[in-house]
Amino acid sequence: MASFKSTKIPIYPKLGEKVTPDTLYWKNYKAPVQIKEFGAVTSIDFSSLAPHNYAVTASTRIHIYGPFSTEPVKTFTRFKDTAYSGKFRSDGQLLVAGCEDSMVRLFDVSGKVALRVFKGHTKGVHVTDFTSDCYHILTGSDDYTCRLWDIPNSTELTSYKEHTDYIRCGITSKLNRDIFITGSYDHTLRMFDARVEKSVMTMDHSQPVESVLLYPSEGLLVSAGGRYVKVWDLLKGGQPLVSLKNHHKTVTCLSLSSNGQRLLSASLDRHVKIYNTTNYKVVHNFDYAASILSLALAPDDESIVVGMTNGVLSIKHRKSPEEKREMAGKQRMQPVYRIFVKGRNYVPKKDDFLVSKPVKSHLAKYDKQLKKFNISKALDTALESWRRNRKPEITVAVMKELDRRGTLKNALAGRDEQNLSQLLNFLIGNVVDPRFTPVLVTATEMILDIYQAVVGQSSVVDRQLVRLQELVEREVDYQQDLLEVLGMLDTLFAASLPRKEVPCPGSSRSNGLAEGSLGAPGPQLKAA
Amino acid sequence: MVEHAEIRMVHRGGSKINFREPVITNDSRFLLCAAGESVNVYSTSTEEYVHDLQGHTDLVTGVVLNPSNHLQVYSCSADGTVRLWDFTDAILIKTFIIGYPIYSIYVSEKHGGVVFLVVPMADYKSSGKNKLFQLVAVHLPHSGDQEVEARELSAVLCDVSPHAGAASFGREVCVSGMKKGAKNAFTCVSCHPKEDCIATGHEDGKIRMWRNFNQKKEYTYSTLHWHHGAVNTLCFTPEGTNLLSGGIESVLVHWHYTQENQKDFLPRLGAAITHIAVSPDGSLFSTSHSDNKITIIQSCVKVSAVIQGLVKGDGVWTNLIIDPRSKALVLNGKPGHLQFYSLHRDKQLYNLEIVQQEYIHEEGLDQFEVVNAAFDARGNWLATVEERRKKGAELEITLKLWAYDELTQSFVLNTTVTAPHEDQITAMFFSPSPETTMLVTTSLDGHFKAWLLADHSDANEGFWACDFVGGYHLLKPGCCSFSADGSLLSVGFQEVVTVWSPASWELLTTLSQPPGAIRDLCFGRLSCSKYLLGASTKNQLCCWNLLTCSLEWSTPMDVSLLQADPLSENMAAFCSQSGSSDLFVFKPSEPRPLYSQKALCTGKVQHAVFAPRDQMLESCEERTQWLNRSQLYFFTQHMDLLTFSTKTEEDRLLASSKQLMVDDSVAVTPFYLLLGKHRGQQLEKQEALTNPMAERTQLPQGSIAIKELLHTPAHVLPSASFLCAMFVRSLLISSSSTIYSVLCCSTFGSEYSLDSSWVLRYMLGTPVFGEFLQILSSSVRLDGERCCTAIFRSLQRCLIRFKSGLWLRHSRTFRDLSRSQSCVFLAVCLGLLSCCKVTLRPSLRSWALWSRFSSRISVLCSVHLSFDPD
Repeated sequence: MASFKSTKIPIYPKLGEKVTPDTLYWKNYKAPVQIKEFGAVTSIDFSSLAPHNYAVTASTRIHIYGPFSTEPVKTFTRFKDTAYSGKFRSDGQLLVAGCEDSMVRLFDVSGKVALRVFKGHTKGVHVTDFTSDCYHILTGSDDYTCRLWDIPNSTELTSYKEHTDYIRCGITSKLNRDIFITGSYDHTLRMFDARVEKSVMTMDHSQPVESVLLYPSEGLLVSAGGRYVKVWDLLKGGQPLVSLKNHHKTVTCLSLSSNGQRLLSASLDRHVKIYNTTNYKVVHNFDYAASILSLALAPDDESIVVGMTNGVLSIKHRKSPEEKREMAGKQRMQPVYRIFVKGRNYVPKKDDFLVSKPVKSHLAKYDKQLKKFNISKALDTALESWRRNRKPEITVAVMKELDRRGTLKNALAGRDEQNLSQLLNFLIGNVVDPRFTPVLVTATEMILDIYQAVVGQSSVVDRQLVRLQELVEREVDYQQDLLEVLGMLDTLFAASLPRKEVPCPGSSRSNGLAEGSLGAPGPQLKAA
Repeated sequence: MVEHAEIRMVHRGGSKINFREPVITNDSRFLLCAAGESVNVYSTSTEEYVHDLQGHTDLVTGVVLNPSNHLQVYSCSADGTVRLWDFTDAILIKTFIIGYPIYSIYVSEKHGGVVFLVVPMADYKSSGKNKLFQLVAVHLPHSGDQEVEARELSAVLCDVSPHAGAASFGREVCVSGMKKGAKNAFTCVSCHPKEDCIATGHEDGKIRMWRNFNQKKEYTYSTLHWHHGAVNTLCFTPEGTNLLSGGIESVLVHWHYTQENQKDFLPRLGAAITHIAVSPDGSLFSTSHSDNKITIIQSCVKVSAVIQGLVKGDGVWTNLIIDPRSKALVLNGKPGHLQFYSLHRDKQLYNLEIVQQEYIHEEGLDQFEVVNAAFDARGNWLATVEERRKKGAELEITLKLWAYDELTQSFVLNTTVTAPHEDQITAMFFSPSPETTMLVTTSLDGHFKAWLLADHSDANEGFWACDFVGGYHLLKPGCCSFSADGSLLSVGFQEVVTVWSPASWELLTTLSQPPGAIRDLCFGRLSCSKYLLGASTKNQLCCWNLLTCSLEWSTPMDVSLLQADPLSENMAAFCSQSGSSDLFVFKPSEPRPLYSQKALCTGKVQHAVFAPRDQMLESCEERTQWLNRSQLYFFTQHMDLLTFSTKTEEDRLLASSKQLMVDDSVAVTPFYLLLGKHRGQQLEKQEALTNPMAERTQLPQGSIAIKELLHTPAHVLPSASFLCAMFVRSLLISSSSTIYSVLCCSTFGSEYSLDSSWVLRYMLGTPVFGEFLQILSSSVRLDGERCCTAIFRSLQRCLIRFKSGLWLRHSRTFRDLSRSQSCVFLAVCLGLLSCCKVTLRPSLRSWALWSRFSSRISVLCSVHLSFDPD
């Protein structure tokens, strides 16, 4: 026959973010390694050559770090002023960097002294990059010009003076040796072709541009400036595609994850946001301790390196699969567990004869008591301290079940001071929780009914009653405030939408009456 | 009027089998019980219905075995006759006409040829409510005639209760009577078969054993107490070693006669025990339960069989519904359950547990009850509403949505919505359109809500969430109806009918026909789909044309129930007039009834439904045409299930039932039917049978399979799964090889992965396989539970209010205000959002609750704590 049905514990909706594949992917990083630099970290660049060292430009130095070392592998210190934009060539042999003293220096990665020094700019150079054929260098400077230099001859090839403010970002095309794009504080992005005298495309970002990025296909361009990140379609002549406003301070740096599926943006508001590049929705978010100036991802997302204004370089490495397995294995290998599952996962063979044993259903402690109609004991079990504190929904569910059986009053009665104060404590903690209110208010009223006679005999209980009263008064005020807000909202909603005319029933009614009396089908029906 | 007489009302089962205590035959093979106007014979081992003893013209009120011939049985009825039957062959032997309505019957071995009957006192007609009853002895005259008048009554006792448990036979004397005590009124009595001892059950739950009763005034008594409610029934075992008792607790208590402190229990029998019967050899007990069920118990420990009739609980809150898949009638069953009842076989298919809470058998307790249920058009979704109203406390409502699971062939809980409305839900319907799955609920809180299945790309199953909240001038909606294609929704707000478009949730038009609130709404079907019918409380039946938005016709009728046939244009309206009900069947396009029947039954008809037929009838007479596609079933006030049927159909049914009649008294099992059929066919083959039905079911390969199965020793037989496939094949017609392959895929356990409705329809087509249906249905298990909870997010709620159209009646000034002061608007919005993070549902109700509570607690504290020395 029907077996005992256990008390139903309602599942309440949980607040908090939803777990998506993206969350799992981006959470799978170890705790960050932090390195203190001499000044604000303005640029980070990964070498494309294994083992993927990276150059970190901070203050007057450029450090080169190995993938797993916390000490620099190499340091370039030959700068007279603040260095900017240390960049590797695509073969990883050469490194170029600008400087506040308007000179651009080219280094051999294995050497110390600059191989070439390009002089020509009149102000600090914030942008340097190699072209895709590896023989030229692009620079952008605070003197509003951007120039192309020849590496073998160390001569200036061309100079463009179209920007009307500082040039703070630029990128060369990886597919065409002549194409490059610069962004400036004059709110524009310009695309240049080295074979042409003038810029070939201009886009208006309408904010000072801090960073630009090309997609691997180079059909789309991403620019960051102010609080906005904008995506442009280059193949449609620089048409804006999307404008994203997810940061609340200036966006300083952009990066693509290695497979090009996710776009990362770092900002002065100390967040790194990760976007899905198909629908441009934020899929994940990292928080950092200080404003972020630079951001770079190692190939295959093996590590995320972030440089901040306080000179801290933060490196997060991805967890390797072995480590993950190790973590999981540690929990599993306890001997008790092995004994517990012994024989449980045995799969019977094809010809085996199966003798099934009825599965013994396990009841919770309070359910066992409820089954025997031991109501006070059931309530006691539900009020055990860990259950009361960790899972108040169970305690409330048992109270509700007792109330349904009409025996809650009996279960609540007959308690001594300690027991009663325990009960009152629970009520004070949970009675204003909207999930539990309907049940707990009934229970509280019953307690007041039962223990009315003994109020004033124990100071502990009296104090708790006063607390309960204060709590309830506060709740009443709060509910009243809420209702007021709701009323205001209702009127505003009501007012903000135009009134729609509903077809007036008046005319049709009169019509209907007339027809009804004309047709007079009533008698026919009755006659039948 | 000849055609008119052809349609007749037919009683379609659902009769009470727990009305009087059943009788188990001497050989313990059959159980006989009174069921309405007949006596049903069931097999005790297989719980199958064998046949019935038909002949009485009123309620059968008692069945007893003939003490002189154990193959015969006496039955008495309120029609004033006692009949003697041969129950093995269902033959009426004799009819004794008494002339008074009989309320119960008793026999004794010591008094051969005499029966004791409870009849009303001679002046019963005048006494009105307080009828007096007397126990009379009747000598049954020996005569060769079929019908005998027996008018020689000799009164034994007067002033007895008509209740059956009130009298019992001891060794020598008959004990009967009902004392009216203060708290310990007698409820039942039983005599020890051997000793001088009488057991009586009392209202306060005590059992008293009276001894030495025959010595005048020297009797002693002892008390046994276990029951907390009244003792409903008592019974001694034939040897007198044990006493059985039962009550509302639904526990069979087994007292030992010699050691009175010892008792055994058989708990969890499902419902309150009303009668206990013991077989003459003491091996079988049977308990009748208040939910129209008889349980057969073997030697007090094991429940061996359950005979379940149509459960009639406290009421049918869910209207009658037809499950689109199994074509079963669905209504309230046991407390907290929905029962699926096969109309064709008058048998319960299964129970679906809705409330999923431990049921406490106690009187006066507020329990959760299923008050509403609805199926979607294809039977994939079931929505149920359960509610529990405590005295003076808040109403608890839960809306549950169940998805049909093909694998387990049952409904699985998908979504639970606690408190979907703030007040009672009055109506609930699924949209019939095939594109969207939408549910609409209307409630007394002044809103109707639309619920949609929210598709979730991440999870494989979606859940239901509220899509729209609508209202009309704070009026209370009482009923709603979807048009046949789901493009229009009409909601009756008291006197006003509103018509909405579910696609855009626009209020399209309003119709009204005062005075009188709208009680029932119904759209026309097929060619009449432009008509909307409404029945109002002030005796008006109105038909609106939705193309012109005007009243087409109206007629003064007190319509208590309006029901549309889903397969044709026909509508049925039940009217109550001067204590009896009339039926009109009509098409909305013409206000002339196709069929009408005056004085259908006494009292109001509350529930009715059109059940689609499996095969269409080819009747072309105008009067009976409306019965061609579907059959109209309805419940009378006394909860009898009635239907309409034509003469030709009755004859056909009778013929097919004769075909199935088993002449042997062997218990009928599906397997037996199969074997018996084959044996019969082999015999009939020699006689060159020409019955088309038998030829159709003739299976050459089937008989080989069964021969193989029966004549080979068990140890050389192949595995059961292999045999099963063969057995299933033998049930099928050879030509349908596709069905065979499908069936063979499934094994005999609970895993029927095929489309049940398809197979069921197929099997119902051939009457033999109707038996197989039972195996299928019993394999349906209702376990597995998944509970997700739909979430009211605060923002969604805002949006709903925004969509609801409640602002429509506010004035223009507010609009101007909000336009000029948009920053205020923003601030209010932000304020609301920050509030909503903390509290989910700010509402007037909760505020009232809190303030009431606050005043209470402050009064208490001020009174008691002001005297506190601290």
